[in-house]
Amino acid sequence: MAASTDTQVQASAAPSAAAPPPRRPRRRHWAPYLLSAPGLALFAVLLLVPLAMTFLLSLNSFSFYGGIENVWQLGNYTDIIADSYFHEVFLRTFRIAAVVTLLCAVFGAPEAYILRRMKSPWRGLCLLIVLGPLLISVVSRTLGWALLFGSTGLVNQGLMALGLIATPIEFMYTETGVIIALTHVLVPFMVLSVWASLQRLDPQVENAALSLGAGPLTVMRRVVLPQIVPGILSGSIIVFALAASAFATPAIIGGRRLKVAATLAYDEFLNTLNWPLGATVAVLLLIANVVIIVGCNRLVERRYKQVFE
Amino acid sequence: MAYLVLDQLTKRFGNWTAVDNVSLTVEKGELISLLGPSGCGKTTTLQMIAGFLDADGGRVMLDGQDLLAKKPNERGLGIVFQSYALFPHMTAAENVAFGLEMRKIARADRDRMVADALKLVGLEQYGDRHPRRMSGGQQQRVALARALVIKPSLLLLDEPLSNLDAKMREEMQIELRRIQRTVGTTMILVTHDQSEAMALSDRVVVMNKGRIQQVATPQEAYDHPANAFVANFLGRTNLLPGMVGSGAAGTVITVADSVWPVAQPMAAGPGALAVRPEKIGFVDAGGPGGGLSGTVLARVFQGTQWLFEIETAAGRLMVIRQHDGSPLPAERERVMVGWRAEDMAVMPADPEATSLSREAA
Repeated sequence: MAASTDTQVQASAAPSAAAPPPRRPRRRHWAPYLLSAPGLALFAVLLLVPLAMTFLLSLNSFSFYGGIENVWQLGNYTDIIADSYFHEVFLRTFRIAAVVTLLCAVFGAPEAYILRRMKSPWRGLCLLIVLGPLLISVVSRTLGWALLFGSTGLVNQGLMALGLIATPIEFMYTETGVIIALTHVLVPFMVLSVWASLQRLDPQVENAALSLGAGPLTVMRRVVLPQIVPGILSGSIIVFALAASAFATPAIIGGRRLKVAATLAYDEFLNTLNWPLGATVAVLLLIANVVIIVGCNRLVERRYKQVFE
Repeated sequence: MAYLVLDQLTKRFGNWTAVDNVSLTVEKGELISLLGPSGCGKTTTLQMIAGFLDADGGRVMLDGQDLLAKKPNERGLGIVFQSYALFPHMTAAENVAFGLEMRKIARADRDRMVADALKLVGLEQYGDRHPRRMSGGQQQRVALARALVIKPSLLLLDEPLSNLDAKMREEMQIELRRIQRTVGTTMILVTHDQSEAMALSDRVVVMNKGRIQQVATPQEAYDHPANAFVANFLGRTNLLPGMVGSGAAGTVITVADSVWPVAQPMAAGPGALAVRPEKIGFVDAGGPGGGLSGTVLARVFQGTQWLFEIETAAGRLMVIRQHDGSPLPAERERVMVGWRAEDMAVMPADPEATSLSREAA
């Protein structure tokens, strides 16, 4: 707006001159770049540079006596792709992540819905309980689960006292244990993101469906659920990504026997000292994560196109 | 036997009574408005009829059946919400079809009924559009079609036009009236807009503080308001304090230097006289039907009409005269105003209004 007025003023200032008004040099607007520079710098230094370095490291080779050698090759990648041990670890990682995501959606979405319908004092209290896991250090929280899960732990003793089981269930060093502990940690993310999409839901819409003769279950399935799909999806993305790259919980509950990608990378770095292989595992985990998440996102967005508009 | 009967319906929130012993009968095919300021209990009443709120007392009988005993999804009522409450993930046609699906109506019949309903509201071209891509007026029509397609025994409309702009609102008023004539559904309209209520309804129910103030046809409520609240709420009015007493020709009310006959029997004591600005005229001093004397404080030209403010011994009066070329008094001129006795309403003094004027004095 200001620029166009300026040109008009210039043009009228020299009406006698036959020559076209001189072209003014285009002014560069530096302010937006300057203002976003700190954020961009942080992003670059803390994310892009380490990622690039990890990728470069994954191309190096490692020998037991010679250490890391500065050569550029894809040997680590072919090793992992060829070895069924790594296949098992990656498969387990994504199996755990998928089950945790599913459980979080199954528990988290109804939880968010119930929370939203609660009255004022209880709502805050229950929200605090739901978000509680996020307030405790991941290590102490996981050690707590380890205490509960042991063969003489509270869960097994309780189930045996109730006569539901005869022998203790193996929770420690099993996928079941890792999945339960991870679900507990990650459910808040699902609750929060479903909560956000519930905020956009017109409460009268449920009444409208009721008035048209729909039972409460039909209202849920046909009216509420389709509208909170975006929330469940974004929650699932967060939960899946965090579950697939979780370290502390699988390390403590799963231990050495039950390796996932994150603990595998850790062991390659710190025990075997094979940094390039560890870096390769990390890079592959990142790529697989991105591919799976983007793929699922596309699928769901196409299915519920109208809700995302 | 009346079609819909509200019998001493009551709703309390804590120690505040939102709806206080509301009793009302509605005939089949009637369009009735619940009219009142926000917080008067009109929406609460509607929500109890719909079943979204539980009543604390009273009964609602529809066609001889106890409505309160049924769950909201079994009442078979059509409801149009203020926010329209359309299902955003469904097309207009799917929205309209929803109620029919719930009634397990066969596909072919359903499609035909949906098409008919969309045609009724003038949206036959928009069936496969999503609500988000429709204007407010179009969404409103979809909501109406969705509520009407299930052939409801009763259609409840909760402030249906308040989210539309003025022009759309007028169009929809005419549309709503036409549809009501076509389908003949009994309708209850909740609104705070008195012009909307008067334009659409067979009868208006004026409510305030959870109680019914008056049930009457729009003209009747406008011309003969039952009390000061109704007089003030329905259009502009002049409310003049006076004294009711008995004169030679029966009961009269004395307002400042004028005396008016009172048609209905009334106890002597303080009263009030309500007269609409457009019913007041300038009269000759000493002539028949002589009235109050006063001074013109201000006159404002409004195109089709003149608006006068006149200072009298009974307080300030608002007078509206048509701009038809007849001579009108100037500012600061001494005038005499009067009206026909049948154009005024006499009511007991409103205790709140009196205390207010006393404070002001």
